Parts: sequence; C-alpha cells; structure tokens
Amino acid sequence: MVPLNHYLILSAAIFAIGVVGVVIRRNLIVVLMSIELMLNAVNLTFIAFSRFLGSMEGQVIVFFVMAVAAAEAVVGLAIIISVFRHRQSLDPQEMQLLKW
Amino acid sequence: MIIFYTLAVLLILSSLMVVFQRNVVHCAMALVAALFLIAILFVTLQAPMVGVLQILVYAGAIMVLFLFVIMLLNPTSLEPRRGLSWGFGTVVALLLAVALAALVSHDEAPADPFAATELFGAPESLAKSLFTDFVLPFEIASVLLLIAIVGAVVLAKREH
Amino acid sequence: MVEPTPNPMALDLLRWIPLLPLAACAINMFFGARLGKKTAGLLACAAVGASFAVAAYVFMLLPATGVFRDTLYTWFESGAFRVNVSFQVDALTAVMLLVVTGIGFLIHIYSLGYMDHDEGMVRFFVYLNLFIFFMLLLVMGDNLLLLFVGWEGVGLCSYLLIGFWYQDHNNAIAGNKAFIVNRIGDFGFVLGILLLVTELGRQGIWTLDFAELQKHVNMLSPATVTAITLLLFVGATGKSAQIPLFVWLPDAMAGPTPVSALIHAATMVTAGIYMTARLHFLFALAPQTLSLIAAIGAATAFFAATIALTQTDIKRVLAYSTVSQLGYMFLAVGVGAFGAAIFHLFTHAFFKACLFLGSGSVIHAMGGEQDMRKMGGLKSHMPATYWTYVIATLAIAGAPFTAGFFSKDLILWQAYSSAHGSPGFWLIAWLTAGMTAFYMFRQLFMVFHGGSRADPRGQAHLHESPAVMTVPLMILAVGSIFSGWLGAPEYLWGSRWDHWLEPVVRGGHEVHHGAVETEITLMALTLVIVAAGIALAYVKYGRPRPAVDQGAGTGGILYRISLNKYYVDEIYDWLLVRPFTLISDWLARVFDPGVIDGIVNGVGAGARDASSIWRALQTGNVQHYVMGFLAGTLALLVYYLRQP
Repeated sequence: MVPLNHYLILSAAIFAIGVVGVVIRRNLIVVLMSIELMLNAVNLTFIAFSRFLGSMEGQVIVFFVMAVAAAEAVVGLAIIISVFRHRQSLDPQEMQLLKW
Repeated sequence: MIIFYTLAVLLILSSLMVVFQRNVVHCAMALVAALFLIAILFVTLQAPMVGVLQILVYAGAIMVLFLFVIMLLNPTSLEPRRGLSWGFGTVVALLLAVALAALVSHDEAPADPFAATELFGAPESLAKSLFTDFVLPFEIASVLLLIAIVGAVVLAKREH
Repeated sequence: MVEPTPNPMALDLLRWIPLLPLAACAINMFFGARLGKKTAGLLACAAVGASFAVAAYVFMLLPATGVFRDTLYTWFESGAFRVNVSFQVDALTAVMLLVVTGIGFLIHIYSLGYMDHDEGMVRFFVYLNLFIFFMLLLVMGDNLLLLFVGWEGVGLCSYLLIGFWYQDHNNAIAGNKAFIVNRIGDFGFVLGILLLVTELGRQGIWTLDFAELQKHVNMLSPATVTAITLLLFVGATGKSAQIPLFVWLPDAMAGPTPVSALIHAATMVTAGIYMTARLHFLFALAPQTLSLIAAIGAATAFFAATIALTQTDIKRVLAYSTVSQLGYMFLAVGVGAFGAAIFHLFTHAFFKACLFLGSGSVIHAMGGEQDMRKMGGLKSHMPATYWTYVIATLAIAGAPFTAGFFSKDLILWQAYSSAHGSPGFWLIAWLTAGMTAFYMFRQLFMVFHGGSRADPRGQAHLHESPAVMTVPLMILAVGSIFSGWLGAPEYLWGSRWDHWLEPVVRGGHEVHHGAVETEITLMALTLVIVAAGIALAYVKYGRPRPAVDQGAGTGGILYRISLNKYYVDEIYDWLLVRPFTLISDWLARVFDPGVIDGIVNGVGAGARDASSIWRALQTGNVQHYVMGFLAGTLALLVYYLRQP
C-alpha cells in the first residue's frame, strides 16, 4: 500500500511546478494552464486524504473545486481575449499600466 | 504500488513539459496528458466518480476551451528567451517544493488505510453527500457557473 | 521691627479720583470730534480739576496716621491668592495724589493754550486724561499688581504722547525707544513681583496687598529679598530714567511740551521713587540693594549734569536735569531717607513743571525754535515767562528759601550723615549741585538775556503767551518757593514733612540727629558752590557779548564727549541693538526658512522619499506579485516547520 506521504509529496511537486510556470512563462495562456495544474495538485491531495481518512467530504470538495476552476478558466480566458484585442500581445511583462 | 510510481513519474514529466515547452499547443497537450494521469490516480484512490468527472469536465471541456482560445488568438511569435528571472523563479519554487515535502513528511501516515466499503467513491455516495449536506454550495455553484458564462460573454464580446 | 499698619477706614469717595478722568477720556474718545476742540479740552480740564478737588478733600479728612480704603471688586481669586481692585490713601499716597492731580490740572489748563492750533487737540486730551487715570491707579492701588497695571498704563500713554505728532517719523522712533527701554525695565519688575509672590507662597502666604506684605515680609531670606529688590529696582531704573536705562528720556522731548512737563518731569518718572517708598519695608531688609541704589543715583545725578552743561536744545537741558534730579531722589532712597526722597519729588514737581511750561512758552513765542543759540533777549518780550522762569531756576539751583533749597539740602545732609550714607556720596551730590546751578543759569542767560540772536522775521513775532498759559506758570512759581517750606530743617522752623510721612515710611527712614553745626556747615558749603556756579554762568553767558556764543568755546575733547552725551546711544547701538538686529535678521532669513521650515518640509520630504523606496515594489508586473506571494508563503511554511 502506498503511504499517504508519497501522494502528498507528489502533489507538492506538481504544485511547485505549477508555481514555476506561473512565475516564469511570458505567455498568459500558459500561465493560466499552470494555474490549472496547481489546482489539480490540490485536488489530488484532497482525494488522497479522503481515501485515507474514509470521508466523502474530500471528494465533495474536489467536485466543487472543479466547478469553480471551470468558471475561473472561462472568465480568465475571456479576459485574455479582451486584453489581446487591445494590446496584440500575450506577454504579462508588457501589461504594466499599474506600475507606479 | 507500481502503478502509482509509474503514474507519478509520468505525471511529473508531463507537468514539466507543460511549463517548459515553447510552443503553446504542446503545452496544452501536455496538460491534457497530465489531467488524464491524475484522473487515473483518482480511480486508484477509490474515487471513480470524481475521476470520470475529471476527464469529462477538465480534460474534456476546459482543455477544449483552452485550445479554442489558442487557435482564436493564434499567437505566432514564440516567446523570447528569458534571463535571470527564470532561474530565480525556479529556485524559489524548488524551495517551495522542498518546504512542502518537509512539511508533509512530518506527520505519521495512518497505519492502515481506511477499509473501503463497496460504495465508497461511488456516485451514490457522492450524490448523497452533495444533495443533503452540501446542497447550498451546490446551488450556489450553479449560480456561479451562470455568472461565469455571462461574464465571459460580456468580456469577450467584440466592441462595435 | 515692622509696625502694623493702622486699620483702614472705608471711604467710597476714593474711587472718583481716578474714575473722573477716565470718564472724561472715554467721552472725549467717542464724542470728542462732535464736541469740538474747545469743549473737549474744557471737559478734560474739568475732570482733572474735580479729581483734584476730591483729592484735596480726602487729604483734609485724612488723620495723621490714618488710611482710607475703597474696594471696588475682586479682580481674581485663585485658591488663597486674591487680588482686589481696591484703592487706598495714606499719607504717602495723599502727597502723590495732590501732585498728580494738582500739577496735572495746571498742565491741562496750560495745554488749552499750547495745543490750541493743533489739529489733534482732542486726541491729546484723551491721552492726557488716560495718563492721569493710570498714574492715579499706580499711586492709589493697594496691591502690587494694581500698581503694576498703572505702571504699564503710564508707559503706554507716554508712548502715545511722545509720538503724538506721528507724521514725523523721528517722533515715532522716539516713542518706540521710550516704550522698549521701559519694557526692559518692566521685565525685571515682573520678575521681581513673581519672585515675591512665589517665595511668600512657599511659606504659605499668598498675597500682593501692601498691608499684608508688610506683615509677612520678614519671613523671606535675605538673599531672596535682595534678589526681589534688585529686580524691582531694574524696573525703577527704566521708568525713572537712571543708569543704564535713562536713554529714552532725552529723546522723549520729541513730544509736546506739556507732555514733557507732566509725564517726564512731575509724575511718571517719579513712579520709581514712589514704588521704592511704598515698598520701603522690603528695601529696608536689603542693604546691598540700597547701597547699589544710592550708588546709581549719585552716579546718574553727576553724569547727567555733566551732559547738561553743553546741550543746546532748551528741552534737552531740562531733560538731563530731570535725570539728574531723579538721581538725587534715588540717592536719598539708597541711604534710607525715603521721606527726603518724596520731599524732593514734591518740590521738583513744582519747579520742573514750571521750567518745562516756561520753555514751552518760549518755544511758542519763537515759532517752534528750540535751539538756545538762536534765542536771547526774550526778557523784554515775555516778562511773565521770564520772571517765573527765574524763580524756578533759583529753586532748582537751590537758592536760599526756595523749595529746592530745602529739599536738596535735606538730601545732601542725609547723604552725609545717614547710617548708610558717606562723605563720598555727599561730595558727588555737592559737585552736582554746583553743576546744576551752572547749567540752569547758563540756560536762563542764553535764552532771556543779551541781544536776540533770532533771525529778524522771528524777532518780530516775539510775544508773551496768553493768560491761559502764563497763569499756571505763576501758580507753579509760587509753589516753587513755598512748597519747600514744609520740610525745613530743625534749626529753622522744623519739618512738618517728617511727621507727616513718618508713619508710612517708618522702618526705612533713619532720623539722624547729628550735630547741628555739621548740618549748617554743609549747608553753607552748598551755598558756596551754588553761588560759584551762578557766577561762572554769568561770566560766560550773562554779560552782553558782541559775538555769537557757541557754548564752551574751546571745543575740547571733554566738551565733545559731553555734547554727544558720552556717546551712550551709540555704544548701546553697537553693543546691543546691532547684534540683536543681526541675530533677528539671521533668524528670519536663515534659521526660520532653513531649520524650521526645513523640519516641517523635511517631514514631508522624508515621507515622500521613504515611500518612493517602497513604491518600487509596484512594478505592475503580475508575475512579480506572484513571486512576492510565494516568498510570503515560504516564510510561513518555514515558520510552521520550526514549530515542534
């Protein structure tokens, strides 16, 4: 039987990779995909715990996380489209209007 | 056991591909692969319903949406090579991974995993939880989806 | 050995003495323009006249050792400390009252004539009445605080009246100088009052009433009393024009001549003497202060007389003469002869006022000319002025049986024979008497005798002044003779003065019954030097001279020093005014904008600079924000990892 910790370490690794993607990439779509990766890592954690603690609640949470992730991806992509129309670019480093 | 470690390695590989591929479409494909693998992991963890949902919703709908947008925007230029910030961000994220790993390694794992019942993870159990204990969040989630749709339509509308 | 003061008797009449001039002042201030110059002037004179009548009545009612009191209301009360607006009249105040209201009344009448052609005549009488009111507050107040109110008030009126013809900038400057120098003295005065109140308060007594102070003053340590009296004396040097704060009085001659007569001869400048006499019980406990007072008085008397020897402006000679005579009064105070000081104050008021008003008459006749070198031969044109001037000059010189003779001789005698006196003091005072005789007769001869040195057109205008001006002169001349007869020495017909004032100034006045022969010898010596002075003046100035006389003639170094008043003003300017102005200038132009504004602006600039550092965090780049997020999360994780 695979110990819980292994699942958690895997999850942490995927989360970290997702973070790297958010920080490094200069394409907004890839940034959004990295965020999805992070969310999935967290889902994995929840399911692992749910299995090991015998509670359905973990799976319920994952259900909701997915719903919210869907909504968020939709809106995020809509924003990206809108921004692209204005700036003709998907580079976050070019979007610095909020700079002091 | 073996399944887990195989899946784990593959998962990490595909995540790295998501992050480090230069072509956006390659990243999207890698992400689909990752989502698939995670779904399989869900199934091995006695959560078949959620796993199927993962494939249907995440890998199916959301990733399709991503691909649509990629095709719509058609970013032709590849990203420029990065400088110092690449290394810095990676280092910090690695630190994060290490910290998380250290954190989760502390606690004792339960000696025996919970003996799963027949219905654990089955749609019936999920539905039962969802429609009794969590009915309010369920309804709110549906409203949330509605809002998201409306918002997306408004935001992405072409201005006249 | 402080005797308790007798119980005061209530007398409501007292309040009218100061209130009548105040009422006239107010009426003239608000309605003077409508009343017209003549009526306003007559109202002002009537008020002071009525005041004098009441004062005279009170004087007659006053028993020898009695005290009248009239309490109006409580000014303030703070715990045990209570100050009333309350008037008291004892023998000392009665004398001052008669001087202030009586001579004040005569000068008011005189001003009706002198200021007749002046546009601001109404304003003049407003200020003059206001002055009388404050002076009365000063002498009638029954506590030190009310005295101080009057003290300050007369300073204000002095300023207003010196700069009366304000259109001429120099007059305004002279007014400023008077006020500022007075203020320096007042600073010491206030410190003295505060020290007195707090030191007594430390012993549990909270009061500034003279009666209460007299009872409790020996609770204070000698060092404290010396400090208090020194500070109070600083105030007196300012108000009464002694060294080192006398410099304002000669410049104050810029004001109209009635002002010079009233304020700067008869009344305001005597406030310092009154204050020391009123507080004699305090000064009696501080022998070092008294020695200092005597020394300064003697020095001032001598010093001012040497300056008066060469001055050419008719009013300046009188101004320095006033400073010199005030020095005599302080000398008397310093040797403990408070009664003699007040006596000289009394007689001096008569003849000095007469001299000033006479000089006003001369200036009036000369059409505004004040330089004595351009005068001469006025004897035939202005007989009334001339003869009153002669009498007053004899009085100030100390000719036998004039008022000045008795009062000055008394001071000289006390300076020699009193326990605190010394032959040295007598010598200085004696020499000063000689100089006084000389310069006063020099003035008399230069102005009235010989041929006229005025220009021909001016000569045609020479005329005697109207009666409204000459009658007060005559009254004052009479006073210059007979006012002194009240204080004759024992071997003549005795002094009624001592008996009168003794209860009030007992404890300070040392009646020294030295050898009568010594007293007569000294008096004879004084007469000798006075005669010598007069003779010298006659030789130099009295005989008709063909050539125009410019003064001492030789023009030597001593002459120049004297003529330029020892360059005291210039020294003060270099030593005090200039550094002060430089410091002020530096403060205004460097310190204030640089440091003060710098601090204020610096706070703002500091905030701005600090925030501009933190501002750099807002790069606008989302990925940088995520990294910040990350760093924080990492920190938290590490923190939780360290927890057991």
